[in-house]
Amino acid sequence: MMNMQGFADQIAIGAVTTLQTAAASLVLGIGLGLCGAAAKRASSRATRSVAGAYTTIVRGVPELLIILILYFAGTAALSALFGRYLEVDAFAAGVFALTIVFGAYATEVFRAAIQAVPAGQIEAARALGLSRISIWRLVILPQMWRYALPGLGNLWLTLLKDTALISVVGLDDLMRKASVAAGVTHDPLTFYSAAALVYLLFTSISLVALAALERRSYRGIRTA
Amino acid sequence: MTIQQSVGVFRATADDVQPALRVIELKKQFGPVEVLRGVSLTARRGDVISILGSSGSGKSTFLRCLNFLEAPTDGEVWVSGRHVRMREGVAGQREINALRARLGMVFQTFNLWSHKTVLDNIIEAPVHVLGLSRGEAIERAEALLVKVGLADRRNAYPSHLSGGQQQRIAIARTLAMEPEILLFDEPTSALDPELVGEVLKVIRALAEEGRTMLVVTHELGFARQVSDRIMFLHQGQVEEEGSPDTVFEDPSSPRLRQFLASHVGALRS
Repeated sequence: MMNMQGFADQIAIGAVTTLQTAAASLVLGIGLGLCGAAAKRASSRATRSVAGAYTTIVRGVPELLIILILYFAGTAALSALFGRYLEVDAFAAGVFALTIVFGAYATEVFRAAIQAVPAGQIEAARALGLSRISIWRLVILPQMWRYALPGLGNLWLTLLKDTALISVVGLDDLMRKASVAAGVTHDPLTFYSAAALVYLLFTSISLVALAALERRSYRGIRTA
Repeated sequence: MTIQQSVGVFRATADDVQPALRVIELKKQFGPVEVLRGVSLTARRGDVISILGSSGSGKSTFLRCLNFLEAPTDGEVWVSGRHVRMREGVAGQREINALRARLGMVFQTFNLWSHKTVLDNIIEAPVHVLGLSRGEAIERAEALLVKVGLADRRNAYPSHLSGGQQQRIAIARTLAMEPEILLFDEPTSALDPELVGEVLKVIRALAEEGRTMLVVTHELGFARQVSDRIMFLHQGQVEEEGSPDTVFEDPSSPRLRQFLASHVGALRS
C-alpha cells in the first residue's frame, strides 16, 4: 500500500475537481459540437465557413497553447472591462478552454455520425411533413449516437486526461494536488503513481459505461 | 371502429368536379440539365395514374418535386383546389409541410426508421404533424396494420422484417397521415421477385378503395390492370398519355413502342 503521508484527502479533492471539470466540459462540449455539426450542414456558406475555421484552428493548435491563450486573453479582457487587474477563475477558464477543444473534435465526430444516418430515413421524415426540429429529435439524434459513441468515447478519455493541462493556470485538480504533494514530501514517484492510478480508475469505469451505452444504442439493429 | 371509418374512403362521386390534383408545367433543372421540361397532369378523385418511362426520363424526379423532396424550378400545383407555386422561396416551409402532409409518398427503399418499432414508425407523424394523441394514433396504426396484414408485427424492428413486410409498413406509415393523394416511387423495384406480389396486392386494394394515386413503376402488367390512365415520360416531357388499353395496344409514339417492346417480359408477368 502506498504511503500517502497525509495527502490522501488532498488527492481526493483534486480528483473530484478533475471529474467536475471534465463533466462540465463534456456537457457543454457536446452542445457546442452539435451546433458545430449543424453549422457544417447549414445552407448558408458563411455559417459553414465559420464552423470550418473553428475546427481547423482548434484542432491545429496544441491544447496547452489554447488553454494558455484563452486564459491570458480572458484575464486581459476582464481587466480591460473592469479597469483593474482581474484574474479569470481557474475552473471557469479550464472548462471554457476544454469545451472549445472538445467541441471542435466533437463537431467532426457528429458531422460524420449525421452523414451515417441513412439519407432515405431523413427524406421519409420530410415527406411526412415533419418539421426540421422534429426530424432532428425523432430521426437524426437518436440514430447518430450509434455512430458517434465510439468517437465520442475516445474524446471523453482525452478530455479526462487533458484536465491535467489546466493545472498550469492554477486549477487545483488531481494533477496539481499530486505535484504539490510530490514537492512537499520529496516523494514524486508515490504521488504521480497515485494520480496515474486515479486517472486509470476513471478511464476504466468510463470504458465499461461506454460499452454499455454502445450496446444500448444498437437496439433494433441486427448484428451479424 | 372499423378500418373504413378510421382511414376514410375516397370514392369518386359524380358531383366531385374539382380535380384532386392538378399539376401545371412542372419544371426541374439540375444546373444546365433540364430534367423536367414542363410536365402537366390532372388527376380526378379516385384516379390511379401510372407513370412509365426509361431511367432518366424524369418520372421519379416528377414525384419528388411534387412534395419538394427535390426543389422544383417552376410550376404550379393545385391539391383539392388549394394552390401552391412550385418554386423554392415562393412556397414557404409551412406551405411545403402542408403540401407534404397531403401527398403521401412511398419510397423504393421503404426508408423506415430503423431505431423505432413498427408501431412507432407509424404513429410519429400523426402525433407530431397532425397533433393526434398517442392513443388516437395507436388506434389508427392498429387498423392500418390489419389492413396491410401485419397486425402481429407491431413491436418488431424494421431490420427483423422482410423487404415486402417493410414496404407494407411504409405504406401503413404513409396512410396514417390520411393523405389525399398517394405517390408511389417504384414501390417494388427494391424487392426480391417473390416479395413483389404481397406489396402489389396492398397497392391494388388501395386503388380499389378509390384512392387517388400516382404510381411510378416498372411493373407494366400491374400498371395496366390497376390504372385509369398511363403517362409515359421521355426526356422530361409527356410523350404519350391515355387509357391503359390505348397505351399498351395502340401506342402512337415510336419511343413508347420501343419502351414497351423492351419490357415485353414485364408485361406478360
